[in-house]
Amino acid sequence: MNTLLSRLKTPEGRLAVIAVLVFVLMASLSPERFLSAANLTSMAFQFPEFAILALAVTVTMLTGGIDLSVVGVSNMSAVVAALILANVAGPELAGSGAVMWLLLSMVVAIAIGAAAGLFNGALVAFIGMPPILATLGSGLIFTGIAVAITGGSAVMGFPTAAAWLGNGKVFSVPVPLILFAVLALAVAFIVRRTAFGLKLVMFGANPLAARFAAVDVNRLLLKVYMLSGALAAISGLLVMSRANSAKADYGSSYLLLSILIAVLGGVNPYGGYGKVVGVVLAVLSMQFLSSGLNMLQVSNFARELIWGVLLIFVMLVNSQQVAALFARRRMS
Amino acid sequence: MRPPISVSDKAEIPVSDTSPPLVEMTGVTKNYSGITALDRVDFTIRAGEAVCLAGENGSGKSTLIKILAGVEPRNAGTVAFNGTRHETLSPRISADAGVMVIFQDFSLFPNLTVAENIAFSSQLAHSGAFYRGGLSRDLAKKTLERVGVDIPLNARVEQLPVAHKQLVAICRALAMDARLIIMDEPTTALTEREVKSLLTIIRRLKSDGVAVLFVSHKLAEVLEVCEKVVVLRNGAKVAEGPATDFDSASLTRAMTGRDVAETPPDPLDPSAPALLEVTNLAKQGVFDDVSFTLRQGEVLGIAGLLGSGRTELAKALFGLIHPDKGEIRLKDRPVPLGDPLRAADAGIGYVPEDRLTEGLFLDQSIARNVAVGRLDTHDKGAMLDLKGLWAEANDWLKRLTVKHSDPEAPVRSLSGGNQQRVVLARWLATGPKVLILNGPSVGVDVGSKSDIHGIIRDLAREGLGVIVISDDLPELLATCHRLLVMKGGRITDEIAGRDTDETDLGHRLAS
Amino acid sequence: MKLNLARNEVLVALVILAFCALAAASDPRFLSIPTLTDLLRNGIILGIFSVGAMLVLVSGGIDVSFTAIAAFAMYTTTTFLLEHAPGLPWPVIFAISMVLGALLGCINGVLIAVFRLPTLIVTLGTLSVFRGFLLTFVGSNMISALPPEMRNFSRLMMFRGTNADGSFFSLPWAFAALVIVVVLTWFILHRTMLGRSIFAVGGSVESARRIGIKVTRTQFFVYVYVGALAGLAGIIHASLSRLANPFDLVGLELSVIAAVVLGGARLTGGYGTLTGTLLGVALIVLVQNSLIVIGVPSTFQSITIGILILVGTGLPAWQAKRQAARSA
Repeated sequence: MNTLLSRLKTPEGRLAVIAVLVFVLMASLSPERFLSAANLTSMAFQFPEFAILALAVTVTMLTGGIDLSVVGVSNMSAVVAALILANVAGPELAGSGAVMWLLLSMVVAIAIGAAAGLFNGALVAFIGMPPILATLGSGLIFTGIAVAITGGSAVMGFPTAAAWLGNGKVFSVPVPLILFAVLALAVAFIVRRTAFGLKLVMFGANPLAARFAAVDVNRLLLKVYMLSGALAAISGLLVMSRANSAKADYGSSYLLLSILIAVLGGVNPYGGYGKVVGVVLAVLSMQFLSSGLNMLQVSNFARELIWGVLLIFVMLVNSQQVAALFARRRMS
Repeated sequence: MRPPISVSDKAEIPVSDTSPPLVEMTGVTKNYSGITALDRVDFTIRAGEAVCLAGENGSGKSTLIKILAGVEPRNAGTVAFNGTRHETLSPRISADAGVMVIFQDFSLFPNLTVAENIAFSSQLAHSGAFYRGGLSRDLAKKTLERVGVDIPLNARVEQLPVAHKQLVAICRALAMDARLIIMDEPTTALTEREVKSLLTIIRRLKSDGVAVLFVSHKLAEVLEVCEKVVVLRNGAKVAEGPATDFDSASLTRAMTGRDVAETPPDPLDPSAPALLEVTNLAKQGVFDDVSFTLRQGEVLGIAGLLGSGRTELAKALFGLIHPDKGEIRLKDRPVPLGDPLRAADAGIGYVPEDRLTEGLFLDQSIARNVAVGRLDTHDKGAMLDLKGLWAEANDWLKRLTVKHSDPEAPVRSLSGGNQQRVVLARWLATGPKVLILNGPSVGVDVGSKSDIHGIIRDLAREGLGVIVISDDLPELLATCHRLLVMKGGRITDEIAGRDTDETDLGHRLAS
Repeated sequence: MKLNLARNEVLVALVILAFCALAAASDPRFLSIPTLTDLLRNGIILGIFSVGAMLVLVSGGIDVSFTAIAAFAMYTTTTFLLEHAPGLPWPVIFAISMVLGALLGCINGVLIAVFRLPTLIVTLGTLSVFRGFLLTFVGSNMISALPPEMRNFSRLMMFRGTNADGSFFSLPWAFAALVIVVVLTWFILHRTMLGRSIFAVGGSVESARRIGIKVTRTQFFVYVYVGALAGLAGIIHASLSRLANPFDLVGLELSVIAAVVLGGARLTGGYGTLTGTLLGVALIVLVQNSLIVIGVPSTFQSITIGILILVGTGLPAWQAKRQAARSA
């Protein structure tokens, strides 16, 4: 009991309660529709693309940085993959040839994402730029590259195999969901169980002390932003497959959303603290909420409103000022 | 030398005038959730007087300052400014009485000009809604003249050297009609010459009728301008007397309450092989032509004042600074310059000067703070051997007798001495051949200090080469076999530890 | 006098000069009054936003919600007027929009100054809140039949003229709003204790508190003022484009911050000048409108701005890093 109570005091514990409450609330408001198999699967297809972006933002936030270029990276990689699929492979291609081209385009996209991340990492590590500015600028460049190579229009006409990534199922589990689960586990593993992960958290807690403790700071930063870039590229591939096209300005609202999810998930924007499980819980709460609101015929715009309110609410609850206010009340 | 006068037999302090003292505190007591931070302290200071308030960390010095500044309320006792008693104080009341505190960090605005920094508080108090730049500059100019220094009014404070920043802070206090300036640890960041010019300015202020209260745990340098010394220990006043009755040794004794007799290090094995050889190391404008050899099992002291290049040399040895030229060889193998990773790989460890910002990850766990140096070693393929990592960290915590309730607790919760041991544990876990300790006992209480010295001697006995960098002369004498004196970026002297004493070393440092 | 390349103002001014020289070389008609009036006209909204964003950066924070505030204030004011008081004179309309903006700014102010939440995250949140609230509860349809006074305002021209080829050029009086905002902000920043306190708080919050600056009140003012400026920018935008579009403006925030940062304001607080900010705005507007003149296709706009940001902020960062390595 004690441990349960103490768990509730952590940001993740509170978030778990919120996720369950939202689920129960939505399920009781319209049980037949919210709990329907169709709704549950459609949710599972929807959230992975921005949830993976949130993972990308999370790893950079752990170092006390941020990656504002994730959407740019995601679109740039997707556009290149789309060009390969549409122009080299062509829409008529089927069978093993199509699968091969799909795999190749994925590898290329992820490599481009990682390279873009390497560029960000180099700006932060070697030039010494603040991550907000470095990724703000590079994000514009990546988006710009996507615009320049497509002329601003959508790329489409893929082999049908390409749709599997975003719309397929394995044992009736949506592929995007599997992908997200694998990536979330991988990121959690990296953060908790590898030297790199522990170093990145320590660096986030105190960059100067990390340098004095002979942590290879520059390599660390390069790797973090590469990881973020690669994750963003995977998210871009999902969007491309689901939309059956790629465009320079897809998913522009996802940037705010992914930062929102990371912070909602308890990741400290100043670095040094954050758990993947928190981010997953935040994603689930957001998805339950928005899908439930959808059932209730609430507009997309109201969803945005509720997300914002939720974010501010959670930050207020986690903030020390508010905790101090309540402590003072209780004492007097 | 006469012994310091204890509280019981009150000293006869000559009273020059009959006007009420600037500040008179009687029986002031302060409790923080059950802990007595100040215990019935009496304290008086008169206009034009300079007083040293000495005490270790946690002796109640900062509490006393905060009460005087009106930041913290007292639990008992009376405080009177100029003979007027105040039941409660506020920052406003204290400021109106002319009590101004200059904190260790000076609390200046790096982005604003000298003139504005000096005049800001005064404008805030008197100017209303509008800012008058001309008025600011006039006031700043006047106060700078009053102090007798010349600092460009339009320079941004971030570009000033530390000593000038301190002067700007003093001027700001004067601009607010300060009658008592309280200076928290005023000399820690100053070079010797800067301390001298600070003292000149203090004399000037005193003759102007301004009182000065120096608050520090290291006050020998300012004794010459002080009339009176007050020593706090565990919240109580334990000694008070004319400054002429104190010297640095008696001051230490009063602050700590005991004579800390430390055993000098074991004599060094004359056949011990050379471990670290530094030749002609130079960095332009920082240090030059530094050469020395450290032998196995030797503790080598580098004695230098602030600004002597001692910290920069230490950082260069550990690769945090890239020297322009020179060579570092460890066991006859060259150590690549300017790369902390490769210095650490070669077997050099560095315990930094500023533990809180450079040494520790304050909010991270104690165990993580130790383990951070061993992550690569325990990296088994893709995965970290967490069990081995934590076991090793805990083992080192035990070996260095770090007192903690839970290795998962944040390192912030430890005392200064235990925190320093955590940093030591981190490096010892890596099995270094040479350990560089920069100010190993800064901000550590006396008990822990001698324990840390014991650890240093033990390490040397085990064959480690240790370099201790400090301006704490007793510390150097208690730990080092050999001492290098560093001045102006050069090694100017080399002495065997047993051939020198505090006075001699002090002379060599200052001359 | 030695040119200080480390100063962003100088750097940005040089880039603008180079840009204009290149543009004039490839098209002599570039250096003309119509080009200038176009640039000035296009700089009004971005300029007002930038002045506000600069103030926030100086105080040590960052605000990304001001575009949503602008859209909210503009659209709400317009719909309210159309329903209840379509005949109000334009100064009153502007005042209503500014008050609305200031009220929304209050929300940011309370969260940041009173509860001390991180500014980037708070304003990301309020951006969603303001926009979501606007589109859900106020409306999501574009309004082209604006109150007559707004249309009248957009027709007020400071001057107009005719080109050699017979086309017209003009500069609307709305430009005066930018000038007033700049002058007023300059006065606040340099001639009032409040303004100096904003710099002081940005330089060091702790020091500011110690010498008795009312930090909470200062920060609160900043966010309210920025809200009011956003309200003004919003209503001017609607008037000039003769359309109240609730989807407009949001998305501009990063370009605005880019302009301000190019102008030398630092994310760490305490530094920022109006001259620099306006130069940054000028450069962004030039790139957004005249890239084609120097032979760069307009699809390269975003790449160009990205490169400018990286160079403009990377150069000082790199110099600072090298200096630190040299002196340490």
